Amino acid sequence: MSTTPSTSQLSQEEQGTVGLGAPPVLADTSETVLSGRGLVQTFGKVVGVDGVDIDLFPGEVLSVIGDNGAGKSTLIKALTGALIPDAGHVYLDGREVHFRTPQDARGAGIETVYQTLAVAPALDISANMFLGRERRRQGPLGSVLRMLDKKGMKEDAGKSMANLGIATVQNMSQAVETLSGGQRQAVAVARAATFATKFVVLDEPTAALGVKETGQVLNLIQQIKARGLPVILISHNMPNVFEVSDRIHIARLGGCAGVITPKSHTPTEAVAIMTGATTLQKG
Amino acid sequence: MTTTVEPPAPASAAEQFAMRQQSPIQRIQHVLHAHPSISPLMVLIVSIIAFTIINPRFIQPGTIGIILQQVAVIAALAIGQTLIILTAGIDLSVGAIAILSSLLMANFAVKNGMPGILALVLGILAGVVAGAINGTLVTRLKLPPFIVTLGTFSIFTAIALLYSGGQEVGRRQLPPILNWAGTRIQLGPFRITTGVIIVAILAIVMAFILSQSSWGRHVYAVGNDAEAARLVGIRVDRVLFSVYTVAGLIYGITAWVQIGRAGTASANAIVDANLDSITAVVIGGTSLFGGRGAIIGTILGALIVGVFRTGLSLAGVDDQWRVFAIGVLVIVAVSIDQWIRKVKA
Repeated sequence: MSTTPSTSQLSQEEQGTVGLGAPPVLADTSETVLSGRGLVQTFGKVVGVDGVDIDLFPGEVLSVIGDNGAGKSTLIKALTGALIPDAGHVYLDGREVHFRTPQDARGAGIETVYQTLAVAPALDISANMFLGRERRRQGPLGSVLRMLDKKGMKEDAGKSMANLGIATVQNMSQAVETLSGGQRQAVAVARAATFATKFVVLDEPTAALGVKETGQVLNLIQQIKARGLPVILISHNMPNVFEVSDRIHIARLGGCAGVITPKSHTPTEAVAIMTGATTLQKG
Repeated sequence: MTTTVEPPAPASAAEQFAMRQQSPIQRIQHVLHAHPSISPLMVLIVSIIAFTIINPRFIQPGTIGIILQQVAVIAALAIGQTLIILTAGIDLSVGAIAILSSLLMANFAVKNGMPGILALVLGILAGVVAGAINGTLVTRLKLPPFIVTLGTFSIFTAIALLYSGGQEVGRRQLPPILNWAGTRIQLGPFRITTGVIIVAILAIVMAFILSQSSWGRHVYAVGNDAEAARLVGIRVDRVLFSVYTVAGLIYGITAWVQIGRAGTASANAIVDANLDSITAVVIGGTSLFGGRGAIIGTILGALIVGVFRTGLSLAGVDDQWRVFAIGVLVIVAVSIDQWIRKVKA
């Protein structure tokens, strides 16, 4: 498979197209971490995703961009169990999977971070990191009295945060609501990075954040990638997308308008493809 | 004019603002945020000191023993209420479930001639079932807890009255086990009842479970932000159902304590239980918005109500002033909660 940018220099104005992007031949699903083939997701008469193919390769950051209603979130939900696709196939490491709930996907090693800052504000950082998969103490205190290993979880939460370079937060017993929006999102991203074994999905992780905090989250994405975990980033924000992505999947009107790379196209071209001002030349 | 040394990299205005000295008020806010039980503890200590100054008889062991006995039933119901309020719910059927439970256990023994222990177990089980019904309605029909428990409050009360025929069961008729919670015991200088001990154990066990188990954490997480809890994989409906069911169990046990305290099982007992239990929870610093609070606070809240009742009556004040004072406390407690919730980093 090839994502090599096209050398075609046809001017957009003349042709209404930009260079070759989407590979004509789909990747062999044994090479990908995750693949979707012919995914369809409808809501009554509304078509959310209409026969879309998508690939995520090892170690890459794949961005999914698109206008509101283009089907980017629906596509990701159909891939990660939040929605059950009406048709199509999902392959994880080359094997077909059928996620019925987000928990199934989590169980398979896929972690998702949502834009809504999905943390419990009154609980502390360590409690949030391990929320839903708390560890018990060793011995009868854990097995009989079912006591939590608070100390161990606190230590591991601190290590995870430090590994990702989140040094601004020192005290794992700090309630999450006392953190800034960026720090809260950092907790959610750190949680995902700690527990994901296949890949991490970030759904508009910076939508609620300021410029500086957004920079912190982008740093985290690079950190995750550096650890060898692939990332799917859903975003509206072109500069962010072009800063961190290896490839960019452009969702449009429930379909895929093409897959580009930050090297093959400019953000302006990406927006043009996204909005339908130009179409990606298929070759 | 400032004498501080210039930092190497001049901080932006916002960073300077972030690094500003906290005012004493803000520090108090932070401490209260981290330890919400401090404010009810302070209120309790101050009121005990004040009532002792007004009337030294207040601090005598006899008085304290009586307060503990008076407080036990409401404190126990408030423990169940705390669980539900922590999930951002409310239980208006507390009293109804306790009455249903107590009338059932008394009548099982007296009318149906069951052995005392069986009547007791079945009575407590009725509380569990009633709680589970609340839980089912909240999670399956997705109705607001306020509406569900407003409805079941009437339903459970009606069932209790229909079954018992509205008749109270007196002390003489009851088997000893149902009266056991009224057994007086001497604990050091204090004369209390076994019922007080039962409630104390209940409080310790629930406090332990809430703070030490993953179930406890999930209760807080659901009350904090149910959607966030769902997204991390917590089965929110299961947690809610279990909370209402456990609360029902606690109300069932409280019914036993109540029979011991009153010596009878009566439909007129604990009529104010709904509001009294909510009052204890709120004064104890548990947030009505969910996700914040603790059993210890609730016990302190129940004690504060008891201390005010006895203290003001020893001070020779009209009982209506107690009602007045509790009202003020509730409003102050909720205001403090609102203020604490606005804490900033």
